[in-house]
Amino acid sequence: MTDVKTSAFKARRAKNTLEKVMNGIFFICGAASILCVAAIAAYMIVSGLPAIREIGLFDFLFGTEWAPTAADPKFGILPMILTSITGTLGAVLIGTPLGLFTAVFICYLAPKKVRTILTAAVELLAGIPSVIYGLVGITVISPMVANVFDLPSGATLFTAILVLSVMILPTIVSVTVTSLRAVPPEYSDGSLALGATDVTTIFKMNVPAAKSGIITGIVLGVGRAIGETMAIIMVSGNVVNMPNLFKSVRFLTTGIVSEMSYASGLHRQALFSVGLILFIFIIVINLVLTGILKKGAKQ
Amino acid sequence: MTVNTAARPVVITDRKPRSLTEAKFRPFDLVLKSLSVMAGTVTIFLTAGLLGYILVKGLPNVSWSFLSGTTSVLKGTVGVLPGIVNTLYIILLTLLVAAPLGIGGAVYLNEYAKKGRLTKIIEFTTEALAGIPSIIYGLFGMMMFNGMFGLSYSILSGCLTLSIMVLPTIIRTTQEALRTVPVGYREGAAGLGASKWHTIRTILIPCCKSGILTSLILSIGRIVGESAALIFTAGIAENLMKNPISHATQSGASLSVMLYKYADQGDNNTAFAIAAVLVILVLAINLSTRLISSKAKK
Repeated sequence: MTDVKTSAFKARRAKNTLEKVMNGIFFICGAASILCVAAIAAYMIVSGLPAIREIGLFDFLFGTEWAPTAADPKFGILPMILTSITGTLGAVLIGTPLGLFTAVFICYLAPKKVRTILTAAVELLAGIPSVIYGLVGITVISPMVANVFDLPSGATLFTAILVLSVMILPTIVSVTVTSLRAVPPEYSDGSLALGATDVTTIFKMNVPAAKSGIITGIVLGVGRAIGETMAIIMVSGNVVNMPNLFKSVRFLTTGIVSEMSYASGLHRQALFSVGLILFIFIIVINLVLTGILKKGAKQ
Repeated sequence: MTVNTAARPVVITDRKPRSLTEAKFRPFDLVLKSLSVMAGTVTIFLTAGLLGYILVKGLPNVSWSFLSGTTSVLKGTVGVLPGIVNTLYIILLTLLVAAPLGIGGAVYLNEYAKKGRLTKIIEFTTEALAGIPSIIYGLFGMMMFNGMFGLSYSILSGCLTLSIMVLPTIIRTTQEALRTVPVGYREGAAGLGASKWHTIRTILIPCCKSGILTSLILSIGRIVGESAALIFTAGIAENLMKNPISHATQSGASLSVMLYKYADQGDNNTAFAIAAVLVILVLAINLSTRLISSKAKK
């Protein structure tokens, strides 16, 4: 009798221990993201700060000359920062209207078959590796740009913007479609009942109602465009110039990749600092995004 | 008195159904409508053109010897077998690390975590991980795994970096799947005296099988397309695997990295052939996620 009792207790205790252990394991898995973000942030800051300290924050951020291997090395990354910003803005300027109208077409206007095809196409665009965008950019778009605008070389900021706008298209479309679908049907019912046309209902009722979702899509697109590397390193020509649509330029991201393989000493540290600046951009974008989502949730 | 009742419906259906609004021609409506149709058409043609161009330019150069051989300047051969093997190897090793971590994280967030600050922080950091560009992952992996852990350029270092990168994908998709499991299942299990871990193991995970599978396939898609993070961590060597265990410590380029390498050298034919292989892989991945989700809906 007592034997059975103790074994039952033992089994129960073993079960409780197992529960506690599993709880702990799952907690560790959950905390892994925190750990990773903390480690990434710490590494980026620790490795990025020394060069900034040596060069001077002002000279680094606002210097217009990048000559890391010269006898008197200059580490000014203003051209790269401005290029990244212009490139991203350009891509958003082209990608947003195209993405928004495509999303409206998918949600309200397309026949069912076309809708299925278009949705699959957008998913596919999202899945295509960035190196392939780069390859097609350099073999198709770049010569085209050179031809149309009569330039000696098509490796320009404009080409990079075109490639980027295609790359952020799926992000904008899919987020916009999701948020348009989430608009309560009563809204459009009400609008139609008041005598508005279909098109007026879509653009004056549904699109404004999905505003926060659409903005989220755009901000996600900005994040993707500013961090994109391998596609635009192939099409942007990679010369450090102030942003000019029809000149070869270098982005923050491509600046890191193009020189990391041979950089050493302060030059290498400066590249890590470029990484830190990029990381700060991304964090700011993320914070903006959380702000928008919070606002959207309140509404 | 009764004459007109039969005739009336005919008259009504004869008339064209016209609403009040259709009476007026609205040019602005037409512009917006045609803009939407145009945007949709552009997107379809863009995708079709992109795919068609890559396949037409790449497929002629894809042959059995291209897929099963190695590149050798001496023999004058071009082959991507090392890239294919490395890609598969990287996928396997990355998922081996990321899948338990990601699924576990999702289970924690959905089943264990109480609403509070910690949960909010975990959710915020997961979002942040999803937003960090691959180049930053590359830099981080290079410093942390190559440098501090002393792995130098190695596949293992690349895989560890990538597993952080795909973590948010796995967590979010698995979490969505867990949310669709009815609360009644959990209550029923609890009512029968099942412990939490027992419920997770025997009810929740089997219920979310297709969701978890989708998350893994999505991650495979990201791994296949990744290049910036791998160049800095796994390097660009085209070694063919000899020993499956020691291979992890060697540098190895995936297909995407090889594509960049060849394009950088100006060998566009080989680059397009690799691109065609990659595009077919991406198509297969997209198709299988669709199949799984449509099967799960049934």
